[in-house]
Amino acid sequence: MIPMMIPLAAVNFHSLLFSLFAALACGFAVAVVLSDNVVRMAFYLVLSLGATAGLFFLAGAEFIGAMQLMIYVGGTLVLLVFGVMLTAQSPFVSMKTAAGDRVLAGIVAASLLALLLQAACSVEAWQRPASGRVAAPSATPIGTALVGVRVDDPPPGAAAGAVRSGYLLPFEIVSIHLLVVLVGAAYLARAKRRRTPRAIDEAASVDPVDAARLESAARSRANLASSVNASGRSGSASALAAGGGR
Amino acid sequence: MIGMATTTGLFASGLISAPVSVTHYLVVGAILFTAGIVCMAIKRNALGVLMGIELVLNGANVNFVAFSSPYLQGQGATSLGLDGQVIALFVILLAAAEAAVALAITLNFYNNHATVDVDRADDLKG
Repeated sequence: MIPMMIPLAAVNFHSLLFSLFAALACGFAVAVVLSDNVVRMAFYLVLSLGATAGLFFLAGAEFIGAMQLMIYVGGTLVLLVFGVMLTAQSPFVSMKTAAGDRVLAGIVAASLLALLLQAACSVEAWQRPASGRVAAPSATPIGTALVGVRVDDPPPGAAAGAVRSGYLLPFEIVSIHLLVVLVGAAYLARAKRRRTPRAIDEAASVDPVDAARLESAARSRANLASSVNASGRSGSASALAAGGGR
Repeated sequence: MIGMATTTGLFASGLISAPVSVTHYLVVGAILFTAGIVCMAIKRNALGVLMGIELVLNGANVNFVAFSSPYLQGQGATSLGLDGQVIALFVILLAAAEAAVALAITLNFYNNHATVDVDRADDLKG
């Protein structure tokens, strides 16, 4: 029925796919904001970022699109989903935002969006798409530029044969940065031996076996204090060492 | 009948026939950015705030890729060229690093305070 109404050749499939991916990306981004359930927010975010990768492919940046899928959707969001799973206790899965905050956020969002859209549509040169460009793969120029060799086209007006710097230094800085950050994250999130009981354990209900053990420990500590008072200093040192083992 | 009307409406408005330009991408980037800002501002769950940050970075990435693309701009406009794509790549990598550290901080906060509500993180309040 559709080919009857519109000849298939008149459909610009680039524009059609762009509309599809743009609607998916924007729709699921808005769904992230409107949803209160953190698990659903994570899922909507996966879909929004995946649709954005499709937009990157359509813009001719296939390497960036692949990296978006592999690092962002495959790595960062899996990390976020793990965070959601580790903290998904019933009061935190669905945290409602106050109605007044929602109204205020709506006003701020509308004004910010109006400002950005006005800026996006104000430049006439951005509204004229190129025509008749031949697609060229972008992975090889990026790969060589990251090790300092530029093989992409120089900008118009550049001197022929001029040496252009690559991205070796930013690449090294980012790699060291990633190493430091991952070591730091592992240090921050490591399982610690705590002197004081964790707040989350205190919040949980104390089971009877634990309570009995805590009580007996407290009683032995009281006995220890009385024995320290009664006997001399020499006997108390070994008793303290035995009591400090817990 | 409704489907036909919708299709012709889309066709008339140029969404499936007009070529895509940088402005289209900037509009998508603006919507993603605004959604991220609002998400950062109104979510009470710390992980929701993190998701807002991801959306903001992604909106910026859309703009970088659009300006670096040779297919979206006319002859008169200057394209960012390879720079835009490499900046987008670095943004993706730094977003991964940021998410790792922020998640570690969130888990530490959860272990110490038994909550992920950002409104409860007021230990430093005077």
